[in-house]
Amino acid sequence: MKGVRKSFGDITAVDGLDLDVPAGICLGLLGPNGAGKSTSMRLLTGQAIADEGEITVLGHTLPAEAKIARGEMGVVPQLDNLDVDVTVEDNLAVYARLYRVKDVGAAVDRTLQIARLTDRRKDAVDKLSGGMRRRLLLARGLVHEPRLVLLDEPTVGLDPQIRTELWSLIDNLRGGGSTILMCTHYIEEAQRLADEVAVMTQGKIISRGRPADLIREHAGVETAEIYGPPDKLAEARAKAEAQGLRVRPAGPAIAVVGSERATDGAVPDDAVVRAASLEDVFVLLTGEEAE
Amino acid sequence: MASKVGARRLEPAAITGVMSREVANFRTFWKATTFSSVLEPIIYLLAFGIGLGATLVDGVGNLEYVEFVGTGMVATAVIFSSAFPSMFGTFVKHRFQNTYDAILAAPVDVEELVTAEVLWISLRAGFYGCFPLIVAMFFGLDPEWGMLLVPIFAFVTAIGFSGLGMATAATVGKIDHFNYVTTLVITPLFLVAGTFFPIDQLPQWAQVVAWLNPLYHLVELVRGAAFGFEPVDFIHFGILVAFALAMWRLAVSRMEKRLID
Repeated sequence: MKGVRKSFGDITAVDGLDLDVPAGICLGLLGPNGAGKSTSMRLLTGQAIADEGEITVLGHTLPAEAKIARGEMGVVPQLDNLDVDVTVEDNLAVYARLYRVKDVGAAVDRTLQIARLTDRRKDAVDKLSGGMRRRLLLARGLVHEPRLVLLDEPTVGLDPQIRTELWSLIDNLRGGGSTILMCTHYIEEAQRLADEVAVMTQGKIISRGRPADLIREHAGVETAEIYGPPDKLAEARAKAEAQGLRVRPAGPAIAVVGSERATDGAVPDDAVVRAASLEDVFVLLTGEEAE
Repeated sequence: MASKVGARRLEPAAITGVMSREVANFRTFWKATTFSSVLEPIIYLLAFGIGLGATLVDGVGNLEYVEFVGTGMVATAVIFSSAFPSMFGTFVKHRFQNTYDAILAAPVDVEELVTAEVLWISLRAGFYGCFPLIVAMFFGLDPEWGMLLVPIFAFVTAIGFSGLGMATAATVGKIDHFNYVTTLVITPLFLVAGTFFPIDQLPQWAQVVAWLNPLYHLVELVRGAAFGFEPVDFIHFGILVAFALAMWRLAVSRMEKRLID
């Protein structure tokens, strides 16, 4: 994507976005709600048309060749849009046909194994648990062995156990050499799964790199979390900022980022010092609280 | 491994792929659809054909009233089994189930999606539209070879009404707005189609209005198939084909506006 802009009335969802995804990596597009991540995904599938800029997907220019490009990519949506009355295997078979898969039966068997749903193939989707449905949704996007996989908030709204299950599946996919573009607003998800992270806010990417590099560049080595009454936090904040350190809210505490550079008691002895994280980077760059 | 996706319009693989989804879903509710398709004409024929025919109306022209209503009921079955599934089905799949987002993330474009949906609904309506005719045979309607053309007439008409239904679903803001369409469009079309009373006994202006009603042309064609075609039936059929093409294109246009940001 080069200089891509997309507005809806007065709202600019994507604002001069430049984004390239090298083959074979998992790129995490990390941003708060409303950053323009889902609109970017729709632009990549041709379900939204850019007002300005150029989009090329797998060598195909959009929107003219969007249909051809879609044939080579798999999309796992944020919302569950499975056919709930239809069996698991029929859900997969329908999409295998839509993607022009030659051997539909073999593709269904393969993706059932990926989703670990082979023994539930004859069940209607509404008989599956939430985690199984998400695995099926992921498998549906892989039924045609796509060159590029778009994951739009793949674990949003799921409980921690199901989220971990999904992460394991996505990790396998990544290990298999698939190219993945994953939108998420979960820091941990990006940190665990993405080879590179692009932080997006207000329709554009404001920083990009490997998670460790981003942390080193923006957050340093350590972060000190300071707890206490408001006047103590205000005093600590003032001291840290006087030394040029960046301070961010962290729930009931404040976090002094890059605290290894603090001197003269800017960080109280009772502060909890931990390694700097991608969450620190996210909050510093976007000004949003992390999820 | 997947075959290469072409860039050309209206690819059969895309259309049959979308229809295969409809078939998979239809397998879960075909019994209820068939039940109502058989029972409804029986109820109508008992109420209007037997009830009205035995008490107030002897017949229409040379036809017994049950023959007149039985043939006219095909149009009722077609509009009910095309316009309503199209309106409500499209709205639900788009706004509540996000089904179209999933399909359009695959190598299918809006024109193919709409075409497949319209074709599927019309095939069903073409099939179920014949049920009143079959039921009417049990009430005394004589079978004729020309009746074999009725599924084609019903199919073409259903393309128009399912296209109209999709265009409506793509236009309204809320599902409740279908009430306006049902009251202002569907009900008048259904009543003033020549199903229950002959149009040629209405005032001149009403006869002109009836010619604008696609269902009237279907009713005339079905009666032609049952009691003998006339040259004017070519015009009736031509109007239905034009209606089908116009509504199909309208549905594509409205759905493109709705589905592509």
